[in-house]
Amino acid sequence: MPEPCATSHRLPAWLPWFIGRLGYGLLTAWVISLVVFIATQALPSDPARVILGPDAPLESIQTLREQLGLNRPILLQYLSWLGQVLHGDLGISLDSNQPVAGIILARFGNTLALLGGVLLVVVPLALSIGVSLALRRDSRLDRWALSALIFLKATPGFLLAIGLVLLFSMPQFSLLPAVSILDPDKHLWQQLEFLLLPILALSLSSLPYLARLVRASMIEALESDYVSAARLRGVPEWRIVWRHTLPNALVPAVQGVALTLRTLIGGALLAEVIFSYPGIGTQLNTAIQMRDLPLIQGVVLVITLGVVAINLLADLLTVLLTPRLRTARRVTLIQRNRRGIQSWWRRPAAKAP
Amino acid sequence: MFSASVWREPQIRRGGLVTLAIVLLALLGPWLAPHAATDMVGGVYGPPSGEAPLGHDFLGHDVVSRLLSGGVSILWMSLAAAAIALVLGTALGLLAGLSRQRLDQAITWLADVWLAFPDLILVLLIVSMLGRAPWLIVMTVAIAFTPGVIRLARGSAVAVASQEFVEAAQMMGFSRTRILLREILPNVLTPLLVHFGNMLTWGVGMLSGLSFLGYGVAPPAADWGLMINENQAGLLVQPWAVLAPALLIGVFAYGTNILAEGIARHSAGERK
Repeated sequence: MPEPCATSHRLPAWLPWFIGRLGYGLLTAWVISLVVFIATQALPSDPARVILGPDAPLESIQTLREQLGLNRPILLQYLSWLGQVLHGDLGISLDSNQPVAGIILARFGNTLALLGGVLLVVVPLALSIGVSLALRRDSRLDRWALSALIFLKATPGFLLAIGLVLLFSMPQFSLLPAVSILDPDKHLWQQLEFLLLPILALSLSSLPYLARLVRASMIEALESDYVSAARLRGVPEWRIVWRHTLPNALVPAVQGVALTLRTLIGGALLAEVIFSYPGIGTQLNTAIQMRDLPLIQGVVLVITLGVVAINLLADLLTVLLTPRLRTARRVTLIQRNRRGIQSWWRRPAAKAP
Repeated sequence: MFSASVWREPQIRRGGLVTLAIVLLALLGPWLAPHAATDMVGGVYGPPSGEAPLGHDFLGHDVVSRLLSGGVSILWMSLAAAAIALVLGTALGLLAGLSRQRLDQAITWLADVWLAFPDLILVLLIVSMLGRAPWLIVMTVAIAFTPGVIRLARGSAVAVASQEFVEAAQMMGFSRTRILLREILPNVLTPLLVHFGNMLTWGVGMLSGLSFLGYGVAPPAADWGLMINENQAGLLVQPWAVLAPALLIGVFAYGTNILAEGIARHSAGERK
């Protein structure tokens, strides 16, 4: 039996954790598929009637129900639906008769571009604002910036969006298009100006949380013992900020970005509707109004699976960014409140007497 | 924590005052309104005048009257949703934090699955399926908020439970219920209260967003979120019909938020 030698062949220590975490994510995804399926079953409308219209005779509705497989037991319906989903087939939209997967795919890129744009704006901005405020803690600038951030945080996101529409639809301010009527024949990259206002609105509403998070974790890191030790050793201040504190302050920020993305997806729906931006959110909105069951199922499934994937990615990044976790033999699930699992009633009996 | 020193925190004073002002406006508004919310008393998108300081809306209703009658729905709904989420989430969170591994993991995982649905999407899904009765909207918003409370309550309870005074209470042979209600609950109350204030802010945003999308309070009833939706088309002709409700929603959200910030700051100051 060959010796497991050569460091280059050794598996990284966090791999078992990651496999476990991946399994957890897949389990979550499965439960979500169950929830989405059951939820849309509860819709008080009959797909057959939606397709044929309210005046259709009862017999043809019965025939169509038979054809659509709506008379089968619910468990069979779920299993066949799940099988189709796993093959990338999300069904046929009742409203437009097109495959749901195709409709979602066409819109998905637009929403992804929107969210990506927001992250590109917010993350560097939040980092620089958070770090510079933490370094000038309790100064006048810090206090003013904090009040401004709190004000921004309190304003509901869709009001910000409406405010921007109002501002830019005034003739004096027509530098940017107030609504995003994209030309479907052109590629998104050729009409980026339509992205600017939605990105601005969403960035403004998600900036305060992240900036304050970075500020708080920077302050916590700056007050820690290893920073005092580094200062005593005479390490220059810029090095303390860039090499010692910032990497540690980044870890909560990664989880913060994951949480922000989750709220952003909800906010993006409103923003897309307000700016009439053709993304997945406007699609969901019309699908709900049309009671287009397969389309609702598909969109909600894609969005929630996206959130699961984002959380997985954030956890992986957290482990990779934290040396303590990266090399640990055993890592349990990461608690997003950064406190370990501990059972109260049967705690290890044991502190020194 | 409920001592007089609370009022010395300027954010609590300011936030409390702003919130109170909006609550009073919404509660007393229906009596002060010069017209009924559904009376058509002027021209479509009529401009502001002496009789109607904020003009008329898309059907010729008096904007001031609709503003005064349209606050109650959003206030009680956001309050009820936040309160239900607080109670439900605290119960589940404490149960998770203080129970054995299995139940703890089960509840934590449940909250995780739940959290995979973005708030607004979850609420939209349920409301579009089951209808838009006000109590139903309240319940769905509460359900969307609950997993966040579960996580917070669980985390705080775990932290408190490992402190010495809890250990002391255990040694003195107090019952679990007593320890839970008398030792742990009071100590996790502050972060939960802060979260409650934040939930009010989000609730106002979400409920007005729902009305704006057309899933909230049904017309012709007056509601601030609905007013924004209805009068959007006339934004350039008669901006007040949109701006005024937006402003009131914003001010209320600001008030509750500042209140939450103040409580957080006050308790942080007390701990030092």
